[in-house]
Amino acid sequence: MANLSLKNVKKAFGNIEVIKGVDLDIEHGEFCVFVGPSGCGKSTLLRMISGLESISGGDVEIDGDRVNDIPAAERGLAMVFQSYALYPHMSVRQNLSFGLENLKTPKDEIEKKINAAAKMLQIDELMDRRPRDLSGGQRQRVAIGRAVVREPRIFLFDEPLSNLDAELRVDMRGEIALLHRQLGNTMIYVTHDQVEAMTMADKIAVLRSGEVEQFGKPLDLFNDPANIFVAGFIGSPKMNFIQGEMQGELLRLTNGESIELPKGRFNVSDGEKVTLGIRPNDIKPGDDVAHGLNATVRSVEQLGGDSYIYAKSANGESITIHRPGQVSISAGEELLLEVEVDKSHLFDRETGVTLLRERTADAKGAPAA
Amino acid sequence: MASVVKFLTGTRGKGRLHWTDWFTYAYLLGGILLMFGPVLWLVASSFKTDAELDKFPPRFLPHAALTVELEGHDKPLPLFKVTKGDLAGEQVAQVRRIGLTSQVVRLSEPDKKIKISVKDREPMEKISIATKNYTDLFRKFDFLQFFWNSTFITVAATIIMLIVNSMAAFALSKYQFKGRATVMAIVIGVLMVPQTVVLVPLFIVTKELGMLDTLWGVIIPGAATPTGIFLLRQYMLTIPDEILDAARMDKASEWKIYWRIILPLSAPAIAVLAILAIMWRWNDFLWPLIVLSRTENFTLQLALNSFQGEMATQWSNLLAMTVLTLLPVALVFAFLQKYIATGIASTGGK
Repeated sequence: MANLSLKNVKKAFGNIEVIKGVDLDIEHGEFCVFVGPSGCGKSTLLRMISGLESISGGDVEIDGDRVNDIPAAERGLAMVFQSYALYPHMSVRQNLSFGLENLKTPKDEIEKKINAAAKMLQIDELMDRRPRDLSGGQRQRVAIGRAVVREPRIFLFDEPLSNLDAELRVDMRGEIALLHRQLGNTMIYVTHDQVEAMTMADKIAVLRSGEVEQFGKPLDLFNDPANIFVAGFIGSPKMNFIQGEMQGELLRLTNGESIELPKGRFNVSDGEKVTLGIRPNDIKPGDDVAHGLNATVRSVEQLGGDSYIYAKSANGESITIHRPGQVSISAGEELLLEVEVDKSHLFDRETGVTLLRERTADAKGAPAA
Repeated sequence: MASVVKFLTGTRGKGRLHWTDWFTYAYLLGGILLMFGPVLWLVASSFKTDAELDKFPPRFLPHAALTVELEGHDKPLPLFKVTKGDLAGEQVAQVRRIGLTSQVVRLSEPDKKIKISVKDREPMEKISIATKNYTDLFRKFDFLQFFWNSTFITVAATIIMLIVNSMAAFALSKYQFKGRATVMAIVIGVLMVPQTVVLVPLFIVTKELGMLDTLWGVIIPGAATPTGIFLLRQYMLTIPDEILDAARMDKASEWKIYWRIILPLSAPAIAVLAILAIMWRWNDFLWPLIVLSRTENFTLQLALNSFQGEMATQWSNLLAMTVLTLLPVALVFAFLQKYIATGIASTGGK
């Protein structure tokens, strides 16, 4: 068992607070992804869990034991680094065995563990090579293998795929997910790529400037973002944001157009300044709508199976529309857009917090910004 | 082999020589002469006898008089060719020389002495190597003792220096601690202090520690050099911190990280420093001269110096010993020079 819990964890470098009190509970066997823009503190948080970075405040507990003052090696964790950090002067075999030798594991046991890990990761052919003779994907496997042989309680991944090319990244994504199913260990994975987060995670923690914006299942984050930041960060292409003001049941946009919002979906009062959020899938060109949105098409991307229309509203806000299949729209055209208001989101313009009335049970617990 | 010849005879002009070709080859040949001339002259001279060394004008190759053994004479007699007079064109052996006349005998008539003027004869010589210069070193002087002293000082000092400097460099490059910048500034500052300035205080410290006139007195004071620390630190800065973090996650102690990760990864820089240290220590003269006073503690450099007396200098032995002193450093350099190139290349490379 390996439950990890962070209790009001803080980190400051001098006067600068980079982690401003993080509370998280990660249960045994969960694949948890920390995602956020660069500089949000996600790698720092991971290094604090690993023990490579000291903790300025709060507690890190593994299975209920406070590990703040236990050195990195003794926390029973293993880490895969962004640059792989293989030992360049050692062969693959020595890279894998170095940690076990330090743990004073008997020789034959080391041999057994290494061979099992090598077989699982398909690097058994490369055992006598040096890291510089390996391709990026192979290095990645060795780096993962080095973590696997240690049989850690928790795996930590620090943007492990960012140095790989796009195709290999998709492959390795699948392999890490497979590894997680095979080993069943707790894994914590840091990335700035929300696609990686969505595809791999059991739970996602979205971080921004040292704080957790929302923590929950990928689809809950997608369907029910706690605030405008999470809404914009999760999902590709990005959610469209349109400024407006409430006028009874109508949302009056700044250019005078209005959109009718479903009754009872949002907690709003008359005259409130809000931001409307619509996923690119939930908006489509229509002809016959009472309350539509006028926009000019800037460009169209036809991918064959999917089409992306990039438009600008009369007010200058950019709007992305995703349509399945192919479309006969071209740049320069004027569109009247129909919004699927049942799937729309509304955020307070000041605080960015969602105004959705009924929130998913899981998402509710998340701290609001 | 063909490519080597092609490289060495490469020209810029095609078919005929461009003026830059003339210039380049002249410059290169001049350089070779300047660099190797003195060394070749030294080696050639080290095989000359004392008499030959005193000769004017000097000749490049060592010569010795041709001699012949004749009946009725105990010692081999030097051969001469007569240029003037009755015996002109004949080969004679000189029995002895008195002032400006020389008593010679014909080879066919070893008993009949003839007097001729020294001007009328020319010595007959052959190229001959005076290996005695070298054997004397072992017979008459304690060359092996000097050699051992020099070797011991060089090896011990180099090893101690590499260990001390690499530890300091590791700390200064990979650990964050208060005053790190200050320490580094001091180290770099020390680079600007000439050794002669600290000679007297260093001597006093060495004396107080009771290390005067011992080999350790030469070894210890130079154990940490700012140059070495700076060189290694700059190289170690290029080793990614993530590798150290990975080792820490692998439960390696800091000592093990130094020993198993940092040292092997800094090998090129350490090789460069090792070569430099060996050359510095082997060629060091001033400090050993100050510390060492008994002959049995002398290094080769000091022994060489002692050949140069106030009244007379034994040039033949001095030259032979100089050659032997040069050899080890030349060999070290020949075998390790490729590391200097790769070391410098990879320190700046990344």
